[in-house]
Amino acid sequence: MEPSLATSIAGIQLDRPAMLASGILGISLDVFNRLYRSGAGAVVSKSLSNEPWEGYPNPTIFSVNGGGWINAVGLSNPGAPNFAKMIESNQDVPIIVSLVGSVPDDFKMMIEEFKNCNVTAFELNLSCPHVAKVGLEVGDDPELVKKIVTTVKNSTNVPAIAKVGLGTTNYLNTVKTAIDSGIDAITAINTVRAMAIDVETQRPILSNKFGGLSGTPIKPIALRCVYEISSKYDIPIIGCGGISTWEDAIEFFLAGASAIQIGSAIGDNWINVFNDINKGILQYMKQKNYSTVNEMVGLAKKF
Amino acid sequence: MRWWDLQRNSNHTTIVTIEKVIDETPTVRTLVFSDDVMPNVLPGQFAMVWIPGINELPMSVMISKESGKAAFTVRKHGLASSGLFNIPSGGKIGIRGPYGNAFDIKSGKLLLVGGGTGLVPMMRLLTFVKPTDDVTVLIGAKSKNEVFFESLANDLLKNNVHNVIVSTDDGSYGENGFVTDVVEKLVSESNFDAVYTCGPEKMMYKTVQSAHSRGIFVQASLERMMKCGVGICGSCCVGEDLACKDGTIFDGNHLSKNKEFGYSHRNKAGISENY
Repeated sequence: MEPSLATSIAGIQLDRPAMLASGILGISLDVFNRLYRSGAGAVVSKSLSNEPWEGYPNPTIFSVNGGGWINAVGLSNPGAPNFAKMIESNQDVPIIVSLVGSVPDDFKMMIEEFKNCNVTAFELNLSCPHVAKVGLEVGDDPELVKKIVTTVKNSTNVPAIAKVGLGTTNYLNTVKTAIDSGIDAITAINTVRAMAIDVETQRPILSNKFGGLSGTPIKPIALRCVYEISSKYDIPIIGCGGISTWEDAIEFFLAGASAIQIGSAIGDNWINVFNDINKGILQYMKQKNYSTVNEMVGLAKKF
Repeated sequence: MRWWDLQRNSNHTTIVTIEKVIDETPTVRTLVFSDDVMPNVLPGQFAMVWIPGINELPMSVMISKESGKAAFTVRKHGLASSGLFNIPSGGKIGIRGPYGNAFDIKSGKLLLVGGGTGLVPMMRLLTFVKPTDDVTVLIGAKSKNEVFFESLANDLLKNNVHNVIVSTDDGSYGENGFVTDVVEKLVSESNFDAVYTCGPEKMMYKTVQSAHSRGIFVQASLERMMKCGVGICGSCCVGEDLACKDGTIFDGNHLSKNKEFGYSHRNKAGISENY
């Protein structure tokens, strides 16, 4: 039997396991369509807030010598109401809407905006490392995580995913709180708080000073987190962090992820990266005689 | 030696020193610097330019008369461009790139249409024309005191059959009227093999229409709100295209199918705004 790239996450059926990660190219429906045609199994929007956010002034991104990016775009986004209007006409693309907020009501109000949209899932950003009062600052507060996830689950029947990252508390506690509050899946991990200083001018380069490190340098860390979460909890996992090749994708499946997200690799290899990864996964499946992605998930844990 | 010293990572910010500042008009300056990479970029390519402590801007790479040097020509407008405008000789800026594609260099009878600092990629394009090309350069400006690069264009074309035309909106210098009216007149009177344009979007839109509707090969270099410059942030999308990665140069065939070109662009939050 020909192998299939289809996968399933918390009841969400995807034709292909590699999605566009949040924060990347996520503001235009035309671009979403193009990414889907180019091999992405789903697209995750930029994290949306109640109001439009301009984000930080440039420089908002820095390329690390030796690989990886540090970004502090500052969660720029058109706001949930504007974004919802834009995707109302969407028929074809599985869109996962990423949401960011400080209090449970932020999330409830935003979810309401999408009632006329075809939304595949909501991804709650509990882990952006460079904007105050949202993201990691929320993820680091178990009481708040509990309230937000509970509110989201009471507001919609659409599956909800929590995106976690490495903050000041043990991220596994955030995962456990989210699971206990009814979350349907976990995305791990977000970028890792980092910075860069220019030695000639002796000043931090990013306008926000701190940003989030992404790309190949964080892949081994993300892989470790996926392995830890899947070893400890029975929850569907979407692996994210520095995945740029089909081998990386397979590693994440073996560690326990049922799907993956691609971000920084687009900056290095442009959008062909989706088809390249899809092709590589299929080739590997043929060689190893797997017919579904699910057969590979978590295999590395038996050792 | 570390491996990355052997080859410059084009995405990594390199600090350069401004060696000379040329006042082109009261509001436009050219800042000249030495560099290994930027003097050799293709016409239309851009760099992300860091003004330390202020901002980072996408800038088309300007030519310099001296070898081993390149430049940026900037009009002071907002906080970022004024910051770059005010960098003195001896000041330092960071550069990364080059980014983006380049104009497809045709030969024969060429028309280059530039408005304001949109003339920068046109000047670099002039360094790539062949001696056998017949080149018309059309410079659009609001008024006489905003005209620049006229003598540079003439100088770069001294070995060609050429014509440099200036058009001002208020008629204070050169032809009187909108540059797009001159474009329409030129393409209706002569057979151009290719038209290139860079400048305000409405100007480019009409120029593309004038040429494309007559079956003339035409390319325009688009400007959009740009944050990363490398195809990650998505800020510069134009329909399904990303200006930084798919462009900034698009041809008439492609642009005529794009519903945002000439009509709308996105602001810093990513909200569509009409021109």
